[in-house]
Amino acid sequence: MNLFKRKNYIKINPPEVAPAAETEAPSIPDGMWVKCDDCKKIIYTKEIGPYHLCPFCRKHFRLSAEERIGLICDEDSFEEWDATMTAKNPMNYPEYHKIIAKAQERSGLKDGVVTGKCRIDGYETVLAIMDSHFMMGSMGSVVGEKITRAVERATKLRLPIIIFTASGGARMQEGIISLMQMAKTSAALNRHHQEGLLYISVMTDPTTGGVMASFASLGDIILAEPGATLGFAGRRVIEGTINEKLPDEFQTSEFQLEHGFVDAIVSRVEMKETLSKLLRLHSVEGGTFS
Amino acid sequence: MSNAMEIVKKARMVTRPTTLEFIEMLFDDFIELHGDRCFYDDKAVVGGIASFHGKSVTVIGVQKGHSIEENVMRSFGSPNPEGYRKQLRLMKQAEKFGRPIILFVNTSGAYCGVGAEERGQGEAIARNLMEMAGLKVPIISIFIGEGGSGGALALALADQVWMLDNGMYAVLSPEGFSSILWRSPHRVEEAAELMKLTAVDLLKNGVIEKIIPEHRDGLENHLQFTTEYIDRFLLEELKKLCAMPVEELLENRYQRFRKYGSFTEEDELEKK
Ligand SMILES: [Zn+2]
Repeated sequence: MNLFKRKNYIKINPPEVAPAAETEAPSIPDGMWVKCDDCKKIIYTKEIGPYHLCPFCRKHFRLSAEERIGLICDEDSFEEWDATMTAKNPMNYPEYHKIIAKAQERSGLKDGVVTGKCRIDGYETVLAIMDSHFMMGSMGSVVGEKITRAVERATKLRLPIIIFTASGGARMQEGIISLMQMAKTSAALNRHHQEGLLYISVMTDPTTGGVMASFASLGDIILAEPGATLGFAGRRVIEGTINEKLPDEFQTSEFQLEHGFVDAIVSRVEMKETLSKLLRLHSVEGGTFS
Repeated sequence: MSNAMEIVKKARMVTRPTTLEFIEMLFDDFIELHGDRCFYDDKAVVGGIASFHGKSVTVIGVQKGHSIEENVMRSFGSPNPEGYRKQLRLMKQAEKFGRPIILFVNTSGAYCGVGAEERGQGEAIARNLMEMAGLKVPIISIFIGEGGSGGALALALADQVWMLDNGMYAVLSPEGFSSILWRSPHRVEEAAELMKLTAVDLLKNGVIEKIIPEHRDGLENHLQFTTEYIDRFLLEELKKLCAMPVEELLENRYQRFRKYGSFTEEDELEKK
């Protein structure tokens, strides 16, 4: 359950070839150019567009929860729940509150998940979106509690739930309490399941460890974004055990599709349309032709 | 050495009695059942049907070995996905026939390997958690040695979780904690202490309900001393759990796990 260090893209200084010294052209400030860590090409940030894709190789760069909401929900339909929840320190981990405060400042988030209710092409659904920009989306008490409440409310309101996962695994600073969130979320999903309600899990980069071994894997339907790192044990841990390098495809979305653990890989451009279609297909009663 | 690390060492001792030895002492007529009906028979998990005070029960546990050869065969007590799927199959069978389930936990964690990933280690653990939340028969989980991470939790979504004096339960090993959070191999003892992984700490934090005594001259020398306690506790608790209406049993199990969390909902930034 190690945290994945891989960055989605790295900021670099403008390449020298950049804007030829044309007379009136404004100089391009730092951060206007990024390098795709898959195809290594230099990209002008505006070309990444709202979907945050590499214009050359279509790599899906990591999104914030807010950006994701903008792409998925009908305009102004998202109603956030439990927005003020923040972590306490169950294990008295040294300086945990400082670590949390720093992560909050950097990400503009309270913790690793945003939850609420929204409409997708008019279909009402509960939605939870994890954000890897907050401590790599690690699951501690806040992530576990917000997901659990979202599932419980979906059950009560008889609504579907869609969860976008992005997590390096359990929040180790919260010790055994972080492990218990796996049980708590899975038990809540069991009740939602028993009521015959729909759960769609969408795995995004990265989904590993305790989140993979709980709610991420429990969708009636499991979608994945292309090229995401999806697995249980950390790649380096396995490489250390078997003492050899693993191929690049190991633990990718494509690997999980091939081995039967995701239903479909869906490009970000088609995600809203796909979710809308699934919600529509589940909004009518199935089966009985009379 | 710190007290917590001493317990971790004891929990891991190769001489520590294994699941099959506990089963032998506690139950009659144990018959082992094999395989997950999908891929193979993971020998890191053993399970079957047995008789306890004249009633049938399903018993399942993670099995370590006492020698290198045996440990290789048992993947050192780290189950592959098929081990968890065998466990699920036997639990569903128990539910069908109305048998209580008794689980023995002794694992450093789920097996880490290419095959385990290819065959869905994460899915196997997740599935057990979700299914166990709804099983309509009593489940009691006993930590007899190590309890590491999701690989242990997959056998511990139970109505009651008990632990021997020198058992342990943590989100990862103290070695892993030290190296991942502090980037140092030298702070393992400090990690063990901080992680609150001992039976006493876990009881205090409400993660377990009971501590089962071990003889001071070693569990391996006086197994019966401990199994006599387990026998008595199991009998008492199963009487209670079996008398409970199913709805109440499941509601209690749900609430048992629902309560874990440490958070605040006051907006402290706003106040400042
Ligand atoms: Zn690219």
